Amino acid sequence: MVLKVFFPSCCSSADSGILIGRWISEQNSAVILAVVHFPFIPVQVKQYLGEVQRVTKVSVSVLGSWSNSKQEKEESLSEFLEDLGTIFCHEPWIQISKEGDSKFWSCSTLQKHSKNPQEEEIILVYYDQRKVMLSHLHPPSDTAGQRAEDASKLSAIFDTVARSQVLFMTDRYDEGPIKLTHWQSDGVEASIIVELMKQASVPACMLLTFLLSLLSGICRSRVLKFWPLSFLWSKLSTCEQLGHRLQHLQVISSNKKAQNQNQLMRKANIFVSLLIDVALGILLMSWLYRKNLIGHLADTLIPVADHVAEELQDLLQWLMGAPAGLKMNRALDQVLGRFFLYHIHLWISYIHLLSPFIEMILWYVGLSACLGLTVALCILSDIIALLTFHIYCFYVYGARLYCLKIYGLSSLWRLFRGKKWNVLRQRVDSCSYDLDQLFIGTLLFTILLFLLPTTALYYLVFTLLRLLVVIVQGLIHLLVDLIDSLPLYSLILRLCRSYRLAAGVKFRVLEQQDGKPLRLLMQINPLSYGAVVQTYRLPTYSCYPKDSWASLCKKLFLGELIYPWKHKGEKQN
Amino acid sequence: MAEERRFRSASGAPIALRRRQHSASCRELAVRGPRLQLRSLSAATSAVWLAAYGLFALSENSMVLSAAIFITLIGLIVYLHFVKIDQESLLVIGSLGIQVTSSYASGKESTTFIEMGQVKDVVINEAIHMQKVIYYLCILLQDPEDPQGVSEVVPLFQSSKPRLDCLIEVYKSCQEILEQRKTAPQSS
Repeated sequence: MVLKVFFPSCCSSADSGILIGRWISEQNSAVILAVVHFPFIPVQVKQYLGEVQRVTKVSVSVLGSWSNSKQEKEESLSEFLEDLGTIFCHEPWIQISKEGDSKFWSCSTLQKHSKNPQEEEIILVYYDQRKVMLSHLHPPSDTAGQRAEDASKLSAIFDTVARSQVLFMTDRYDEGPIKLTHWQSDGVEASIIVELMKQASVPACMLLTFLLSLLSGICRSRVLKFWPLSFLWSKLSTCEQLGHRLQHLQVISSNKKAQNQNQLMRKANIFVSLLIDVALGILLMSWLYRKNLIGHLADTLIPVADHVAEELQDLLQWLMGAPAGLKMNRALDQVLGRFFLYHIHLWISYIHLLSPFIEMILWYVGLSACLGLTVALCILSDIIALLTFHIYCFYVYGARLYCLKIYGLSSLWRLFRGKKWNVLRQRVDSCSYDLDQLFIGTLLFTILLFLLPTTALYYLVFTLLRLLVVIVQGLIHLLVDLIDSLPLYSLILRLCRSYRLAAGVKFRVLEQQDGKPLRLLMQINPLSYGAVVQTYRLPTYSCYPKDSWASLCKKLFLGELIYPWKHKGEKQN
Repeated sequence: MAEERRFRSASGAPIALRRRQHSASCRELAVRGPRLQLRSLSAATSAVWLAAYGLFALSENSMVLSAAIFITLIGLIVYLHFVKIDQESLLVIGSLGIQVTSSYASGKESTTFIEMGQVKDVVINEAIHMQKVIYYLCILLQDPEDPQGVSEVVPLFQSSKPRLDCLIEVYKSCQEILEQRKTAPQSS
């Protein structure tokens, strides 16, 4: 069988010593973690390894010997190294030796108790210890719930290196009985900024938790739960967005340390997303207030609302005449047209009543853009909803009227054919009607049928207007969703430190020499950007289309009220 | 040792197969397709610019010309970086796995490594592609639950599409290494 030796590239220039690491017998591979240098006392080495094994739960042991001779091969050293094999009995005992500055090392194994004493091929795989330790392997398949034995062979190697962090804590400047060489043996690195931030984060988190608990206490108080207010809160998308952000803040400020990689990434993503959101919001706010755009906006709001109302009035006048050459029923037309015109008149009066206060309201509302760009976009969506409230009302009136008509028509059509809807059995049954029932029914049917085009036209026009508003609101919510759910920290990590997010490994064949073992370089294959977004997407309360196209069309045809965007009620974890 | 032979792809373009044996259980097989021709590049650029000039003559708007230059540059970069595959290679390391690499014309390399435990077999399959029946080489992945089942089929050399003679060479090389894992004592 082929023996695979995973050798850290940082130990290539280490002095002679013995190799410690983990032996994975199922894969016939040895993962070397460090080199222990002379002089050492074997008992102390075994004690140290026992301690490391207890702390990390990785079965670290002495695997073999490493000799790095700057001059020619020293015979006595090689015999000494072979004798070490008897002290630290490990099966098989790996001997790697490097001469001078040669790239090609000789590698051999000593098997004392082997059943089939044949020359087995050895593959030497170099790996970058620091990158493998910090990287997180993402299994490509969806079968995440596999049994432990089926776990990929590579994840065993990544696991070994990642869990042996305590082994890498001692460097060569420490006074101790054991002198190791590994990736940190030149000195443990740390960053002052990171340490300071870690110290500062604890009181900051506690303060934030306290403030948030106050805030959520206020939100949950009974005062805000009375019916008109709670209805209002549920309809305004700004409140939902603020609630969502509040939950995010709670996640960040919790004291519990992140259990695993996923939770850590989620916390980091939420933090960066909030930061960017608030930064963009403050930028927007400074742009709006610096050029006094709020004043301009307030000045143009009333004329725009007036213009919209005028356009609607023109539309209704057109409908009351002969729209698109169709001939309407005069009386019904006039009634419906006047009804809607009166509504528009009421709406305009209310807007004009409000006009002196608009600028002040907008000024204060605009201040809340500092809470984030998403909040500002939600406010915009709510303002659009409020300004087009009359279109919504017209749509509801038109839809109800049309719906009534359709139901009446269908029921009278059944009467026309001599059938009846059986409510108990939920099916159509035949029924014998009296003559006068039939007579009145047929008359009503005819009336409703000939009034249908008028009602249908009003319904069509107002539904189209309503759909336009819904589409605009939907686009704004889509943008808010995008900002909410994009995992920015993961994307930046993939850009700058791509070895942290690994999809797998890739091997490169290095120069070979006959008679020497096969040399490969193992590098980390980073995750693709699409996979990063998919794995680390933040869950949102987002709006999805509730109905498929077919059911939407059916609802439109029957005149049922449509609310195309569905909000997830409570946030699902 | 390396050797190179010339073959043809399914559409008739000349391709080259290079075989290197690094050790007894490690082989690398690379199929190189034809490079980007200066002829086709100049033809595409001239066509776009002629169309832009025609539009400019009609509309007298100089934005059309700058837009055409922009489109040509962006299109070329996108083509070289995401579409044009220069070389596809297969690295078979017995007892470790199979690595499939595609190198694009801009130098980008996209690699996938499949561990030997997941590989069930490497076979030549037939497929109906438009109006032709072509042969392609693929790796069958083992289904973890069912030892006889195949969970996924990974097709190889999809952009160079070599013909059957080239595929047979690659197939023989791969099978020699895959057989070694059957003769080796089974690991638990």
